Amino acid sequence: MKIDNALVDRLAELSRLEFDDSAKEQIKGDLQKIFDMMDKLNDLNVDGVEPLIYMSDEVNVLRADEVKGQVTREEALLNAPQHDSDFFKVPKVIKK
Amino acid sequence: MFQTHKEIQAAIGSGQTDLKSLVTTYLTNIESNRHLNAFLEVYGEEAMARAAELDGKTTGRGRLYGMVIAIKDNICYRGHKVSAGSRILEGFESIYSSTVVERLLAEDAIIIGRLNCDEFAMGSSNENSAYGPVLNARDNSRVPGGSSGGSAVAVQADMCLVSLGSDTGGSIRQPASFCGVVGFKPTYGRVSRWGLIAYASSFDQIGPLSHSVEDSALVMEIMAGADEYDSTASSKPVPSYSTEKFEKKARIAVLKNTVDHQGINTEVRSETERIIAKLKSEGHTIEEVNFDLTDYLIPVYYVLSTAEASSNLARFDGVHYGYRSPRATEMDSVYKLSRTEGFGREVKNRIMLGTFVLSAGYYDAYYSRAQKVRRMLSEQISEIFRSYDFILLPTAPSIAFKLGEKTSDPTEMYLADIYTVLANLVGVPAISLPLAKSAEGLPIGIQLMAEKHEDAKLFGFSKTLMQWSTLYP
Repeated sequence: MKIDNALVDRLAELSRLEFDDSAKEQIKGDLQKIFDMMDKLNDLNVDGVEPLIYMSDEVNVLRADEVKGQVTREEALLNAPQHDSDFFKVPKVIKK
Repeated sequence: MFQTHKEIQAAIGSGQTDLKSLVTTYLTNIESNRHLNAFLEVYGEEAMARAAELDGKTTGRGRLYGMVIAIKDNICYRGHKVSAGSRILEGFESIYSSTVVERLLAEDAIIIGRLNCDEFAMGSSNENSAYGPVLNARDNSRVPGGSSGGSAVAVQADMCLVSLGSDTGGSIRQPASFCGVVGFKPTYGRVSRWGLIAYASSFDQIGPLSHSVEDSALVMEIMAGADEYDSTASSKPVPSYSTEKFEKKARIAVLKNTVDHQGINTEVRSETERIIAKLKSEGHTIEEVNFDLTDYLIPVYYVLSTAEASSNLARFDGVHYGYRSPRATEMDSVYKLSRTEGFGREVKNRIMLGTFVLSAGYYDAYYSRAQKVRRMLSEQISEIFRSYDFILLPTAPSIAFKLGEKTSDPTEMYLADIYTVLANLVGVPAISLPLAKSAEGLPIGIQLMAEKHEDAKLFGFSKTLMQWSTLYP
């Protein structure tokens, strides 16, 4: 697997990250080394093996349908970078 | 300095100390070890106030009365800051407490501060913290290991009696090995993850670090158990880890291609072999068993953990909490610039990698394939535990390395986790015991693993082994 600029750009877009030219060279180098290491997995025969997805032994953990575990508006807004008394604030989304 | 909760309880009982003088001693140690950068924040006044309050409590004292604990900076404590070692959460204040913190406080523990760690628990040397590296107290030119580096050093340098860390691929055990303390990773689901900042949810577990096995066992006994806020937490009853003993002769497996792996430091290898020989001479059965997946452990761990990380870290959007870039002018740049400026290099590497293995066209070749290998690992290890009580491995392939020694190539750093990721991949409990040291006197940890939900058995046998510790005679 060869890491090129197009792949880095596509992954950056999906990840909502940006890389300037020097950062891009660095991450290309890092990712190339990591991919080379991960490609080792292709040596294994995994035919007929079911993927292991859940690690918990618990099955169907249900609870009563009660309203709880809520936070107050003040708590919810406590750590927001920008907010007013009721809402999270962001730059304008809908343009006139 | 007190090394165990038992000693402290005796000293309190005889009137030799009280909680205020205990906390004062720890605060003094924290101050004189400030250069190690283990603490990101010390709750000095608060801990003193709580000590004074608890000193007045003469009846109905909790089981952790007199225990001073520090917590890793990815465990939430209501009204206190938590940053996961990241700029993106600088200044963030928890609006609720993790289940583990609630349970410790209910037993009269005193929480003295929060501990430095690699950003989002991603790292093996604590050099990825946005708040600077932690130094190993034994040799300040060396790393403490990671990601719970602050947690290991806080115990190592007696800045608290017990600390909490989190272990996704070795983040409790590997620093415990580098710093000469006990580090315990529970069975997956044994301890609630409610209030732990998520890295890779099918791997993460909170666990203790301490000087003695007994103290880790006691803290585990209090933290473990079902939790209505974490549906993956096991509902099995919690045994009395602190009183558990294992006095029979054990059957122990040593995996082929581990102790004799090409990447292992010669002293770690010879010390592990010394412990194996000692176990044999004590009458335990110790046998080498076939295991041909060693070289796949790191690749499969990184495929799966980065996939989960990329998903978990999508929540950092610069809107609801955390850092927002002042350069952001419209919605898309709020996301992109806040994340780009807020996350460090290794976190971005792992988000990008995780996004890749989950993306259309590559999902089957990487993510799904790695899940299949996880199944193969799980079955092979289960098979081994049908015939053996424990698996013995070194904790890490090396002793504590120098700061900056492995920062240029991420894959070289990843190999520091080669012996620890296995327990997280298959969900079994594992412990690192400070049983050995190098010629220079640097600690070497020996790791034991047991079958899922055999945490009690693992504690029991660990107590027996700790009698051989060369670090704590």
